[in-house]
Amino acid sequence: MALMNLITAINHTLDLALAQDERVVVFGEDVGVEGGVFRATVGLQKKYGEERVFDTPLAESAIVGTAVGMALNGLRPVAEIQFSGFVYPAFNQIISHVARMRNRTRGQRYLPMVIRMPHGGGIKALEHHSESLDTFFGHIPGLKVVVPSTPYDAKGLLLSAIRDDDPVIFLEPSKLYRAFRQEVPEEDYTIPIGKAKVVKPGSDLTVVSWGAYLHEALKAAELLQAEGIDAEVIDLRTISPLDRETILESVKKTGRFAVVHEAAKSFGPGAELVALVNEGAFLYLEAPPLRLAGFDITIPLPRGEHHYFMDAQRMAAGLRQVANF
Amino acid sequence: MLIQEYTAQLIRDYDALSGRMLQILDENGVVKEPELMPALSDAEWLELYKTMVLTRAADDKALQLQRQGRMLTYAPNTGQEAAQVGPAAAMAKNDWLVPAFRELGAWLYRGVPLKTVYLYWYGNEYGSHFPEGVRVLPIAVPIGTQLHHAVGVAMASKIKGENDVTVAYIGDGGTSTGDFNEALNFAGVFNAPVVFIVQNNQYAISVPRTKQTIAKTIAQKAVAAGIPGMVVDGNDLFAMYAAVKEAIERARSGGGPTLIEAYTYRLGAHTTSDDPTKYREDSEVEAWKPRDPLGRMKAYLISKGLWSEEQDLALYEEYGAYALEVFRQVEAEGEPRVEDLFKYTYKEMPAHVREQYEEYLQYLEGKVD
Ligand SMILES: Cc1ncc(C[n+]2csc(CCOP(=O)(O)OP(=O)(O)O)c2C)c(N)n1
Repeated sequence: MALMNLITAINHTLDLALAQDERVVVFGEDVGVEGGVFRATVGLQKKYGEERVFDTPLAESAIVGTAVGMALNGLRPVAEIQFSGFVYPAFNQIISHVARMRNRTRGQRYLPMVIRMPHGGGIKALEHHSESLDTFFGHIPGLKVVVPSTPYDAKGLLLSAIRDDDPVIFLEPSKLYRAFRQEVPEEDYTIPIGKAKVVKPGSDLTVVSWGAYLHEALKAAELLQAEGIDAEVIDLRTISPLDRETILESVKKTGRFAVVHEAAKSFGPGAELVALVNEGAFLYLEAPPLRLAGFDITIPLPRGEHHYFMDAQRMAAGLRQVANF
Repeated sequence: MLIQEYTAQLIRDYDALSGRMLQILDENGVVKEPELMPALSDAEWLELYKTMVLTRAADDKALQLQRQGRMLTYAPNTGQEAAQVGPAAAMAKNDWLVPAFRELGAWLYRGVPLKTVYLYWYGNEYGSHFPEGVRVLPIAVPIGTQLHHAVGVAMASKIKGENDVTVAYIGDGGTSTGDFNEALNFAGVFNAPVVFIVQNNQYAISVPRTKQTIAKTIAQKAVAAGIPGMVVDGNDLFAMYAAVKEAIERARSGGGPTLIEAYTYRLGAHTTSDDPTKYREDSEVEAWKPRDPLGRMKAYLISKGLWSEEQDLALYEEYGAYALEVFRQVEAEGEPRVEDLFKYTYKEMPAHVREQYEEYLQYLEGKVD
């Protein structure tokens, strides 16, 4: 066991994966010599050499497209996109090839590759550095989309992602990179993709969240607890494929549902989750399901971002309505 | 032959594959190529130099304020001032400037107020709202994207029968993007009146220019697009002015686009979040310091009797104080109004956005109660 924050846990996991499996290669902008702008790959080039851990020229489309080629030819690439706001040039590759290779070759060719990127906001970052792309990726059939919320989960989920025979988009909440430390075992373990986790059991209301917001949602649940409202908080952990069972089971128990996410509300993951609840647990509901999500606006620059990103208090205000309906 | 014609010919006949670099003013502030000297008066050069000093002072102040926790992330320009002010000065009044994000000297020269620039880095959207008539597009953080806009702006000028030219910036890292290559190609195909300036400051964050491309020069990337390309000493105000002036006038007279590689060096960090000691040697930085664009212009101006060390120091101090004063205004007015966060998503606020806005206002009121 060692104390790790999210970024050191990712570094440690990549190290483990590189050591275990010589097919694993790690690359992206500033990933090699510098060890990543967030320092996720520090020391790895020294340890595994420039053939396996390397800097690329500045071209996201090429980073992802090259990973496709490597995966087709027997490697297990782990590509880093420096900030999720710069992944858009690679969307052509992701949508047209990454997500479709298995289907269009009827299973003959497939892509065991991971695309890692920082995710979400609330850290007073520059323009284009605060968005939450779970919505976009979750909408594309053929991609698995994972968002860890703790160092422990990050390790288990990233190892699963690297060993998965399908492409995984691995979204790392940048707000959590250095937010807190946790005991993480040195040895190998995985956490299954597609499994949510009940973080705080409760009986009055189901709250689903993920990433950095999960921690605010937990704080909000504490505020409610003091008022006698016992919320069950679920860390979704995987955006796609959704863990339907865990969510529906919880809603059937509590009869009330809210989802809390950073991305803009319209057509966001919350809409999918509410639809899931309506379809699967409608007759159990005692209140209309609630989406506590981002405003349908461009995420403000740092001075205004606190209006966009919710703190526990604001979440609690919304959740109270569902509980007291 | 007129001096301008000579410069024009020299630049026209330049072989981008040669790797030769246009330099007029050497590192010691001595004019090496008097025939190529652009025809500006001493007073005009002094004005350009003052903009370079303002750029340096404003940069230093921003870094200082950032360390005090008053400014957010900031991208410094130190060492690249000539590559910014020279081209800006070579533009005509109505020409368009399309920035990347590290061209403070050019923005200031083209009429973007320092306060606006500071507002941007302070984290307020009004940092992209320029005074009427300032033909400068907002900063483009997603690398490479802006060059297409530049080509479009230039094509529009042409289609409308106006003879304005567009000057666009990008960094050496940016030349690896698809967008860079597509934009050069479009510009060539449509004979767009646009000048692309690559500030080759040798690094894209930690990745050195030599790992960005194995091409000998960045200027040679113009060859494949069928347009002229040229390496210019980016720390030489005279050379930057001369080369870009020629490219602009050629574009204006229907001669099409040009790629200028401004060979320079980022003396500071990539941004205030970056620690360059992790990827480059101090000795390398030290070796570039004597080539500083300000130092050589100062030496030149002093040698001509136009300037003195005392004046130089006084001007830097004056600009530093001015920058601080400007920043104080930014601090006083820099918090965005809630309304502004919602109001500009569309021309008119759709019902669902209005509802979110009003609910949020209610929430804020409730919080105060
Ligand atoms: C498409 C894209 N990818 C990545 C980034 C993150 N990033 C910001 S600046 C930078 C390096 C840019 O280098 P260069 O083009 O040489 O310009 P310089 O910063 O040296 O002025 C990177 C990778 C970005 N802004 N946009």
